[in-house]
Amino acid sequence: MSFINYASREINCKIVYYGPGLCGKTTNLQYVYQKTAPDAKGKMISLATETERTLFFDFLPLALGEIRGFKTRFHLYTVPGQVFYDASRKLILKGVDGVVFVADSQEERIDANIESLDNLRFNLKEQGYDLDKLPYVVQYNKRDLPSAMPIEEMRRDLNPTNVVEYEACATTGEGVFETLKAIAKLILIDLKKGK
Amino acid sequence: MSNPQMVMYEEEFQEINIVIERLLQEANAKVIFLVDKNGQLISGVGDTERFDTTSLASLTAGNIAATGGLAKLIGEKEFSILFHEGEKDNLHISIVGGRVILVVLFDSRSSLGLVRLRVKKSSDELSSIFDKLLKKAEDKEKRGTSDFPFAEITDDDIDNLFS
Ligand SMILES: Nc1nc2c(ncn2[C@@H]2O[C@H](COP(=O)(O)OP(=O)(O)OP(=O)(O)O)[C@@H](O)[C@H]2O)c(=O)[nH]1
Ligand SMILES: [Mg+2]
Repeated sequence: MSFINYASREINCKIVYYGPGLCGKTTNLQYVYQKTAPDAKGKMISLATETERTLFFDFLPLALGEIRGFKTRFHLYTVPGQVFYDASRKLILKGVDGVVFVADSQEERIDANIESLDNLRFNLKEQGYDLDKLPYVVQYNKRDLPSAMPIEEMRRDLNPTNVVEYEACATTGEGVFETLKAIAKLILIDLKKGK
Repeated sequence: MSNPQMVMYEEEFQEINIVIERLLQEANAKVIFLVDKNGQLISGVGDTERFDTTSLASLTAGNIAATGGLAKLIGEKEFSILFHEGEKDNLHISIVGGRVILVVLFDSRSSLGLVRLRVKKSSDELSSIFDKLLKKAEDKEKRGTSDFPFAEITDDDIDNLFS
């Protein structure tokens, strides 16, 4: 749920990166953090286990600039991908304005991808959202790995509705900003339609 | 729509700030923040400069969300007050009107009892301001007079954000 503050002339939107464990959600945020000018970002917060798996969420606030005199801020969150953290994932989805689904391109992760996407749909529905009506982008990550599946096959399983999609390698940053821009744009267009 | 727009107008913003400024004095607190349940900062008074307010807002909301989840598991609706005691500073976190989170940071110049008492009184006032705000936003939307700044944006406006 975006928050428009007419008093401070600010608009805040929430983007959630979803996807199976180890697919590269946190790496996406880390890359954005590294490549963003200091005055445009806040601190990145990672609530993680000792082995760097996301435990609750990562959080990165970005200030993109102004539109029509309003400061436009995006709050980026990742969910913990591991199956047993489902209760936390539900909490992070509250008030979401747009979702990025990060898929792991490795062949052996296709079942985990499908399961995570089902879980996303289910958890959104539980809170009264419909993934098909939400600003939503798919990212095929880890394209650099030799075991990466052909895009057509991934698309068939993970993007049947043909939403905007990007190939990425989050460790080198390829596709990371393209994905972020796409989802931010969809959110702003959604806002423009007026709610 | 399951996704109602949260808004804040100048008039209510000022009313809110008057209430939390007074709470700051009466509770002898160091800082007070108001945060929405999704982790967005609404306002802050007192020694706010010392803190990373954006992070604070997000973590507070995460904290409330997590304890809310715990409450449901044991059959409670929610825990409406959380208290964290530190060596020097303490945090009193409470839910106002079911929607907004009030965070009071205080040290030994105040006490939990005093803070709790003052928060109670201010909560009712804040709650009615937020009720008014909600009604106002709904009315504006119904009459189609929302002074929404984004209705007119162009693709160029959006693209420029990323240049
Ligand atoms: N080769 C390759 N490795 C990647 C890529 N993206 C992420 N990784 C690696 O994959 C591992 C997991 O990445 P994370 O970003 O922590 O994964 P996550 O999705 O946040 O995982 P959870 O927090 O458990 O949900 C790390 O070792 C990353 O360096 C990629 O595009 N290519
Ligand atoms: Mg992670």
